[in-house]
Amino acid sequence: MSELDFAGRIVEMVKAAVPDADTEVSVDTTALALTRFANSMIHQNVADETTTVRLVTHLDGRTVASTTTVTSDEALGSFVARTVDAVRIAPLDPGWPGLTPAAALATSGTADESVVNATPADRAARIRAFVDAAGGLTTAGYCRTRHTHAAFANSAGHAVAGSTAEIAMDGIARTGSSDGSARAASAFLSDVDGAILGARAAAKARAGDGAVELSPGRYEVVLEQTAVADMLQALAMFGFNGKGVNERQSFLEAGAQQMDAAITFVDDAISPGMIGLPFDTEGTPKQITTVVDAGRTVGPVQDRRTAAQAGTQSTGNAIAMAFGAFALNLSLRPADGDSVTEADGPAADSSVAALVARMSHGILVTDHWYTRVLDPRTLVMTGLTRNGAWLVENGEIISPVRNFRFTQSYPQALGPSSVIAVGTHAIAVPNNYSQASFRCPALHLASWNFTGGASG
Amino acid sequence: MTQFDAAVAAVEAAIAAGARYADARVMHRRTESMSARNGDIEELEQNEDAGVGVRALVGSGWGFYAVPDMSDAAARAAGERAAAIAAASATVAGKAVDLVGSTPATASWASTCEVDPLSVPLSDKGDLLVRVTGDMHRAGGDQSTALYRIWDTHKWFVSSEGHRIDQHVRECGGGISTTVIGDGETQRRSYPSYRGQYGTRGWELINELDIAAHGERVVDEARALLTAPLCPSGETTLIVGGEQMALQIHESVGHAIELDRILGWEAAYAGTSWLDLTQLGSLRYGSDLMNIVIDPRIPGALGSFGYDDEGTAAAPRDAVRGGIWVGVLAGRDSASAAGLDYAGSVRADGWARLPMVRMTNVGLEPGPHTLEEMVAATDDGIMMDFNRSWSIDDRRLNFQFGCEIGWEIKGGKRGRMLRNPTYTGIGPKFWQSMDMLSSESLPWGTPNCGKGQPGQVGHTGHPSAPARFANVRVGVRS
Repeated sequence: MSELDFAGRIVEMVKAAVPDADTEVSVDTTALALTRFANSMIHQNVADETTTVRLVTHLDGRTVASTTTVTSDEALGSFVARTVDAVRIAPLDPGWPGLTPAAALATSGTADESVVNATPADRAARIRAFVDAAGGLTTAGYCRTRHTHAAFANSAGHAVAGSTAEIAMDGIARTGSSDGSARAASAFLSDVDGAILGARAAAKARAGDGAVELSPGRYEVVLEQTAVADMLQALAMFGFNGKGVNERQSFLEAGAQQMDAAITFVDDAISPGMIGLPFDTEGTPKQITTVVDAGRTVGPVQDRRTAAQAGTQSTGNAIAMAFGAFALNLSLRPADGDSVTEADGPAADSSVAALVARMSHGILVTDHWYTRVLDPRTLVMTGLTRNGAWLVENGEIISPVRNFRFTQSYPQALGPSSVIAVGTHAIAVPNNYSQASFRCPALHLASWNFTGGASG
Repeated sequence: MTQFDAAVAAVEAAIAAGARYADARVMHRRTESMSARNGDIEELEQNEDAGVGVRALVGSGWGFYAVPDMSDAAARAAGERAAAIAAASATVAGKAVDLVGSTPATASWASTCEVDPLSVPLSDKGDLLVRVTGDMHRAGGDQSTALYRIWDTHKWFVSSEGHRIDQHVRECGGGISTTVIGDGETQRRSYPSYRGQYGTRGWELINELDIAAHGERVVDEARALLTAPLCPSGETTLIVGGEQMALQIHESVGHAIELDRILGWEAAYAGTSWLDLTQLGSLRYGSDLMNIVIDPRIPGALGSFGYDDEGTAAAPRDAVRGGIWVGVLAGRDSASAAGLDYAGSVRADGWARLPMVRMTNVGLEPGPHTLEEMVAATDDGIMMDFNRSWSIDDRRLNFQFGCEIGWEIKGGKRGRMLRNPTYTGIGPKFWQSMDMLSSESLPWGTPNCGKGQPGQVGHTGHPSAPARFANVRVGVRS
């Protein structure tokens, strides 16, 4: 039985029990396989394939959401009965936004067979290549393949299905005193080359050996794509979330020029090659949503609940949590420019090297690490640099520097006249904790507030 | 077919497929969570998941496969897949993996639970959250929330060495929080902490918290913080409250003593540790007052169990004694790799995830003082409590914590509130500056510890008490 048939069947089961209920059902079958290496050997190698059913029932002003992975006929009958019993005694839910009306998808998504059929040997081969390309340095990381077939149906007659698949690789190479990283993700297996990533990570690690500690303070920075992706995650979670805006906990102000004119953010799961399902957990078709256009704020992303509160329409960004609406496919538009190549030295690629070449005095940063919000409204974050940072003088990389702690408002760093340049090459950066797929180029920013060094 | 039958079938199949060791966990878990905001229910979720996860060791490589199906055929197929995946690991092989001994036990264990939290009517639970958050909102809390979470987990563990263990763990907890919106910033206060307090307990934990009695105070404090003076910047004497101390222990001790991190197994993501095994037994981690104990037996604490997910019986162990680092959190393979002879700290987030080294209950033994005595003994300092943000480097050395609330301490008295308090430091330097420690200990529960790839969420416990530290950098800001 397909996921779509499965979802429709559960809608009918609920309808038979409570004909007047609003019902929505998501069925998601995800096969995840992840091969992990450390100390240059594979030490963990896991896989699972799980079908998860999510049922939301709204009856007489009350709402219950239930999920199960137990999908035998008997278990599903019990699951539906439990949910129906629960909704009769659940507390009132005045914010129920109603069901998604029938609507066509822009695409059914991309689930390339090369990823769907990837084997443990495919993943191990990429790791072998990464380890070999690191030239004797100690390596660690993972290679992951994941594909999802999903469907949604509701009692209003809306039913959609789609798929997505991703290969991701993320690894480090280590000298005795420094780490360098490289990572990539794609909808296509052949796009991720362990040898290229291993060589890049090793080049960073070697260039990071003998790092010196610099005084904290404000520095110009070039943030590589891997560090910029952290900014996108924070902006997606807190700044661009319709719920945060409704609750006045976001900095976002529609119509205001809040960012530099070089900055355009869009949420896009549907363009060719994107990694993500073509509809959200409420069944709303994904669309290309512009959040910030040339620095001017357009508006946050919405789910049906946040949209109803704001008096607008869902943008297809429900994630089945009270957390609010999430831009799972947030992208920062790259600048126009030449095609990218590998670069000598620690810069991730030629687009990063081009930004470094224009920096008079500043820091090249590979990664952010353990970033947390100090204040959601101003989106002041603290975190650290990781996997390589270098002092740049007059466009030349002078010396590796030890990791900094920073305390920085992200929207302020992207504010008007704060962005010196946007890189020309955007990459999809693997995400560790959700199905999000952020895509971004490197950034050259005028000022970044480093508030501490390695010694405190 | 029983759950044990499914686990046995999976293990037998993995061994038949070439594994030299295999184990399987069948798990059935029900969860329930509810949250309310400003007097309305925001979310009610009920979840059920069940399946079998098989771990197979072939040569030096582990393989793991999981399916949400406990039929004999599915369990056997999972065992075979786990062995095949392990064999693929040989493409990038390393030193042979050995396991330290674990006495094969046939046993049952259950956490204590006075009031089954899943049996409390939804309407009662909802009414409580709606009433509390409505009252808080009317009292001036712009965004006032309350939540509870319940986990009810049955596990059946079988190994090729003869383990046969079933456990039933019930966990529960919750709390309240309010955020007030000021001119350009927000302030938050929570009770008993931002995500609440959790334990291996029943609904009695929620009853004991008496969240309704704390709503108005929490709102008043949040509103007062909007106009409170900023936490000053500089070095000072710092008293850290018990709730924040729990996170301090978690981040700067608990993760640092995870043996997989020390061995470099988590280097690419969670990170490593500043600790070096050659210094185990001699390294000074903190002051003489610092005694950290790993104890998964504490009744009601969130990190408690009867057996870990490798079948090792729960047992206490010193991690730091008199300020000296003496123990680690270990699993059977990591302990063997490190030349140690104990394990017992391996757990998985559900049946579909590989067991890995996790904190259990990692806590600070109580000290000789009281909070009142610490304040009275402080001429000039700051007290902070209730975590608002946390960040620490990948070696677990350089940390920065933000708290919801601070207080000025002058002349031995707690004075005015301070807003946006933060403190930062380097782990061993910070712990060595601990000069007073309270006896007022509570086992705080942390239900959101992230680690591993694929990501896993762990539940950990942290007995902690207020403590005083000298010459701490405070007031870091953007």
